[in-house]
Amino acid sequence: MKKSPSVLVIGGGSTGTGIARDLAMRGLDVTLVEKGNLTHGTTGRMHGLLHSGGRYAVSDQPSAKECIEENRVLRRIAGHCVEMTGGLFVQRPEDSDEYFEKKLEGCRECGIPAEVLSAEEAREIEPYLAKDIKRAIKVPDGAVDPFRLCVANAASAVEHGARIETHSEVTDVLVEDGEVVGVEVTHQTGTGPYVHGEPGEVEEIRADYVVNATGAWAGQIGDLAGVDVEVRPSKGVMTIMNTRQVDTVVNRCRPKGDADIIVPHETTCILGTTDEEVEDPEDYPEEGWEVDLMIETLSELVPMLAEARTIRSFWGVRPLYEPPGTGTEDPTDITREFFLLDHDDRDDLPGMTSIVGGKLTTYRMMAEQISDHVCEKLDVEAECRTADVPLPGSEDFTVLRDYMDDFGLRSPIGRRSAQRLGSRADEVLNSVDPNPVVCECEAVTRAEIQDSLDTAGTELNSVRIQTRASMGNCQGAICCHRMANELAPEYDEETIRASLDDLYQERWKGERHAMWGTQLSQTALKHMLHATTMNRDEDPAAADADIDFAAFDDGGASEGDASGVASGGAVADGGRERTDRAGDDALGGADGDN
Amino acid sequence: MAITDDVLVIGGGIAACTAALSAAETGARVRLLAHKKSTLRQASGLVDVLGYAGGDGPLSDPSAGLDALPEGHPYHVVGEDGVRAGLRIFDEAVGDAYRGGHTDSNALVMTHGGAVKPTARYPESVAPGLASSSGDMLLVGFAGLTDFDAPVAADHLTAAGVPFSARGVTVEFPKRFRADAKVTRFAKALDRDEEVDGGTVRSVVADTVAEKLDGESRVGFPAMLGDDHDEDVRAELSDRLGVPVFEVPTGPPSLLGLKLEDMLFDALDEAGVRISAGNPAVDFEAEDGRVETVIVDQKSRPTPYSADQVVLATGGLVGKGLDSDRESVTEPVFGCHVPHPEDRYDWSEPEAFGDHAFARFGVVPDAELRPTDEDGEPHFENLRAAGGVVGGADVAREKSASGVSLATGAVAGRLAGEEATR
Repeated sequence: MKKSPSVLVIGGGSTGTGIARDLAMRGLDVTLVEKGNLTHGTTGRMHGLLHSGGRYAVSDQPSAKECIEENRVLRRIAGHCVEMTGGLFVQRPEDSDEYFEKKLEGCRECGIPAEVLSAEEAREIEPYLAKDIKRAIKVPDGAVDPFRLCVANAASAVEHGARIETHSEVTDVLVEDGEVVGVEVTHQTGTGPYVHGEPGEVEEIRADYVVNATGAWAGQIGDLAGVDVEVRPSKGVMTIMNTRQVDTVVNRCRPKGDADIIVPHETTCILGTTDEEVEDPEDYPEEGWEVDLMIETLSELVPMLAEARTIRSFWGVRPLYEPPGTGTEDPTDITREFFLLDHDDRDDLPGMTSIVGGKLTTYRMMAEQISDHVCEKLDVEAECRTADVPLPGSEDFTVLRDYMDDFGLRSPIGRRSAQRLGSRADEVLNSVDPNPVVCECEAVTRAEIQDSLDTAGTELNSVRIQTRASMGNCQGAICCHRMANELAPEYDEETIRASLDDLYQERWKGERHAMWGTQLSQTALKHMLHATTMNRDEDPAAADADIDFAAFDDGGASEGDASGVASGGAVADGGRERTDRAGDDALGGADGDN
Repeated sequence: MAITDDVLVIGGGIAACTAALSAAETGARVRLLAHKKSTLRQASGLVDVLGYAGGDGPLSDPSAGLDALPEGHPYHVVGEDGVRAGLRIFDEAVGDAYRGGHTDSNALVMTHGGAVKPTARYPESVAPGLASSSGDMLLVGFAGLTDFDAPVAADHLTAAGVPFSARGVTVEFPKRFRADAKVTRFAKALDRDEEVDGGTVRSVVADTVAEKLDGESRVGFPAMLGDDHDEDVRAELSDRLGVPVFEVPTGPPSLLGLKLEDMLFDALDEAGVRISAGNPAVDFEAEDGRVETVIVDQKSRPTPYSADQVVLATGGLVGKGLDSDRESVTEPVFGCHVPHPEDRYDWSEPEAFGDHAFARFGVVPDAELRPTDEDGEPHFENLRAAGGVVGGADVAREKSASGVSLATGAVAGRLAGEEATR
């Protein structure tokens, strides 16, 4: 039997997993390596907008056309990752009429359905829009869950025989006789089926072809191969609100600028963003003024945001690219198109192509084009099928069943689970009994956590991104340790404790950008629960020193009767009828005050 | 005509209750103004006094750590006598329902995560399970309750080097509830001893656990063993198992915290403290440097409460006795000075369990626990503060939350009562 050609894909974001799926479906022998977990780079740090293309309809029409095309494809193949919220481009009185007309015209030129709404009509859809807005253009924007999308692509790739290695950083690109023949990876810690190496172990992976799909990190891989890849990483802040102040994507209708979009995402809204070039995609300042800018500027569109509660902020790095010599000064002017850089054509280095630029909405199209390119190089004739075959979870999922009855779940829990799991809901929810809620804010049950552990290993941050557990208002105050408990009995207590500490610290990082007002109160509660109640900050099990247990109160066992307490005052537990405590059930992760 | 009392205590938690009880001891006519349910429902029900100080701990003797606390700590203001006064009032208020008063030493108690922590007073139902007492331990968790994983907790205890063997088992609760059922629903089933296949809830739980018991001399459950009839539940389970049964304190909704709240309010009734509950204090009127009336928002109708002396015990950030926005931290009722770093990014540290400034936010008390302004002068001659609203203590790291509330409550209440009745 003829061995199929082998391809090594570097990068476990949407593009990399999309390529792995595409090539695996075409029958190639695919290995994907990622230095962190899936979505570790830019994919896990975006605002979740499924572009209609409207944002680029004036400035970048080729991108706009790709967006609307792929917007339709993703609705078809990734239904369980997409929420079609619709989008508005809102014009304020100070925004130019000319630009509004250009936007409308641009949408129509690109085939993006666009409808002009009066201020009243727009406020009918989004009642919290500012009273003085002028009008709006309605477009088919949506929200996409990048985590779920990426994980589904990886799962599909594996189903088609791909090997996926997370926590495996490429530490060298192997060049022999002037040709790329593979990479050297150094395995790091991490568990789960996508981790096979031992920490510190160095492995050479040889392949007939190498694809560099590392986005903002493409320049670093280029350096290892001795070629220049001129990515221009650009950072942007995203601020997460505690609830959905809007249910539609709300864009500001003006040429360009920071803080001009609000994306409803699951139980939250995400405010975005800024666009500022950075030197290093992993080391750049994350500053409070950026958060302030989001709140202040976007409250011009939705005034209630000024007083609303944010639960955290995070930053992402766009993998912008422009051909050498373009010399654009302002990163907002750099094209959002994607580019295939065949290093044979460009640098006389055969065996490797980099893919740079682009955006999540067009990940599949990018994957298709590079897969076509790779197949051509390897002389493989196979059709791309990724636009037609639904992702795992999105197969034949036309009707949301009533999970309340089927699984004994209260209807909002069943609905949320079913939305996240898509066509896998039956299989997953049937797998665990009893199936209690673990994360109350996001209504995530044990079954979903357990299902995600199949690919997450002990990495609770991976459980988090797959299920949304710990991503709600309380930021894990109530559920972090419960999630960790779900690792038992498979993993030992020490491992469970370490996983909990990792997740807790990761949550803290983003929470620090939201620590004022009600969220600071929430944070203080979280600190009390984990430090005061659970003593996790001074856990004697983690400390080096031995405790002299005999020096502590043994309950009076050594002195006989322990009832040395003064009597008088109230009768202990005197049987007074208490009010029913059913009301306490409302006390969940969410602070009761929202 | 305003409602008039000698001492008005604003708040509904441990500090407020203690201040009211302490003031009542002086013979003053006392009123407690409580807004909402206190944060006790989120607390474990343990009464920590001081477990860590100056890098040392766990401390077996809380008083040994007092000197190591930083300058401005509320314990330095009230002194060891203040700490003892707070504990005395607490012990008298709760009677036999709490243990630990027979000694000055801390006990080590396991928490629902499995870590042990030093604490000064603990509910009677927790007593048989001390990590600082001997006796092999079986921990029991229920498959439907995610907060407490008994095998993990037992291994965690073992990792801390406890002087006994600990083992955990997970069993099915004999009754099935919905996916989002809280611990309160389990407690109710035990309270009522509901009928289930094979008997009643209590008997079936006991039979199930008896099969797992392998020579251990005590058995622990998460704190869910009944609510109204908790003593009966525990007694019956102990009886059927033939060994003492204990509870492991948990997070919210914490039945032990709720029971403590009930006990404190019973003690207030007994002491003749008047209670006005359900409405927030929102404003005040002052004259000649004295608070004359506190304005309560009674369903949007401002209602004045007059008193000779006022104790502010509205809590810290969690209880919303402190408020903040992107620029500043404030005490919302009287506008007392709350020092804080200018840049909000200095309010916390990058490490989750770092030395956070926010943990020490609060008003700055003078020697009589009166909140002071930026110049160190009392805002008002007759306004004192107690509990979480007082700054200077990192109660989470020190394991001193209840102790600070008790001590400052006892001293603020006594001083207010003495002034008012002089």
